[in-house]
Amino acid sequence: MAPVVAVEHLRKAYGAVTAVEDISFTVEEGEIFGLLGPNGAGKTTTVECLQGLRKADGGTLRVLGLDPGTQGRELRGRVGSQLQESALPDRIRVWEALDLFASLTPRAADWRVLMEQWGLAGKGRASFASLSGGQRQRLFVALALVNEPLVVFLDEMTTGLDPAARRVAWDLVEAIRARGTTVVLVTHFMDEAERLCDRLAIVDEGRVVATGSPQALIDLHAPQVLVRFSTATPDVDFLFRVPGVETVERRGEQVEVAGTGAVLALVASALVEHRIVPTDLRAERATLEDVFLRLTARSRGAA
Amino acid sequence: MIALRKMAWVELKLFLREPLTVVFALVLPLIILVVMSAVFGNTPDPEFYRGYGPVDFYTPAYIGLVVGAVGVVSIPVHLAGNRERGVLRRFRASSVPLGVVVGAEALVSLAIALVSSVVLAVCAMLGYDVGGPASPLLLVAAFLWTALMFAALGVMLGSLIPTARAAQAAGMLLWFLMLMMGGAGPPPETLTGVLGLLAHAVPLTYACRLLQAAWLEGGWAWADAGIVAAIGVAASLVTIRLFRWE
Repeated sequence: MAPVVAVEHLRKAYGAVTAVEDISFTVEEGEIFGLLGPNGAGKTTTVECLQGLRKADGGTLRVLGLDPGTQGRELRGRVGSQLQESALPDRIRVWEALDLFASLTPRAADWRVLMEQWGLAGKGRASFASLSGGQRQRLFVALALVNEPLVVFLDEMTTGLDPAARRVAWDLVEAIRARGTTVVLVTHFMDEAERLCDRLAIVDEGRVVATGSPQALIDLHAPQVLVRFSTATPDVDFLFRVPGVETVERRGEQVEVAGTGAVLALVASALVEHRIVPTDLRAERATLEDVFLRLTARSRGAA
Repeated sequence: MIALRKMAWVELKLFLREPLTVVFALVLPLIILVVMSAVFGNTPDPEFYRGYGPVDFYTPAYIGLVVGAVGVVSIPVHLAGNRERGVLRRFRASSVPLGVVVGAEALVSLAIALVSSVVLAVCAMLGYDVGGPASPLLLVAAFLWTALMFAALGVMLGSLIPTARAAQAAGMLLWFLMLMMGGAGPPPETLTGVLGLLAHAVPLTYACRLLQAAWLEGGWAWADAGIVAAIGVAASLVTIRLFRWE
């Protein structure tokens, strides 16, 4: 099956400033795909080009088989969009906005159902200005879904939300995917990308520096695992012979073992074999943040 | 079509929810009428106003002035404000056609201008004994002609000017210029030299003559109607070429 989104060697400059140098990725049907990168990395420019809101300077773009550069209007009728820095008139009411946006497309969803689904039923007569950040976000998601899109673009949807509202927004994204809609998520939050994305592209300075599932990226770029426990047994040198173990350090009763791969399970079994059964055995894996910092530091030429 | 109707209806409701702008649209024409009539009276003077009484002469001109205020002030401020706040960006991402945004704007301004003009005309006729329009039908035509031109002009300004603040300043400036030079302020006969040239440069001059011809003489001023149409078409072309969603 053809990918929902295919980007090959996208390039875009604003005057002398190159926003996107060379970005390629594909998004498969039904997945949550993340574009993760620091501010100014070119993520927003990329999704704006994908919706035909900006003209790409180079590269090939396909969204649902359409070329955003020449078929932008048609395309925008078929995708859902939640944009950064967009708003509604202050005094428009929630139901009016939904009704208006539904009237733009012949195959619109029933906006009353959407209003219910996205927890806005009690807010139908509330003005846009009176909504909280989280409620606005829910309204924007509902508006993005009103044309029954096959793919939605969500650009920094949790920026500016408090932690509780962010969690709710994450549930929204998962709910969108649960209805079978492909999601392209732009974010600069590592935890958000790690929690939500099936696959993601890490973008820095206009280039993709890595692509894969969060776990695959961690395994590949930051495979190290730290295993910690405490024991009164003085000699733990046998741990050096456990496959994958690189270092063993001891401070008093605290032992810290560093290694890669399935080191936690192997260390645990070796300990049990030597009749050491610590109650506080735990492992710390690298997070996407470690991968991100490592990759972006490398692409900046730092050590 | 459904989208245009919905957009226009929503825009109209949004307008009515701004108490200040509603008051402005209804009260402005009355203030102008009351103040100017107090200044000029309604005694015909053969040297001015082509021999008509000042209030008779000015009533159709004020209609032009009121329609112009909606066009060159309200529309640009509204459009530029929507661009500045990202509303237009939001519309574009949902594939709202330019025609729907602009068409709704024109329809709403037409409705507002109509209400203001009717209030003004009725007050002039009841309060100042102004005679009814010589040709109501041609007056309606002249009104539509003028309102569409000013709407096109306002949309053009709103397309070119990036922020609501700048639009407010530019719109007010243009409107005051028209008030002074366009035949709704000082008697046209007193505008000579440079002022006379300026009078030829402001759109209101032609709109006023068109409206006055219909109201006072029951005629259709072809030349003025042509210029009004040309301004409207030119403004629309500029809009189509230069409209910015963000």
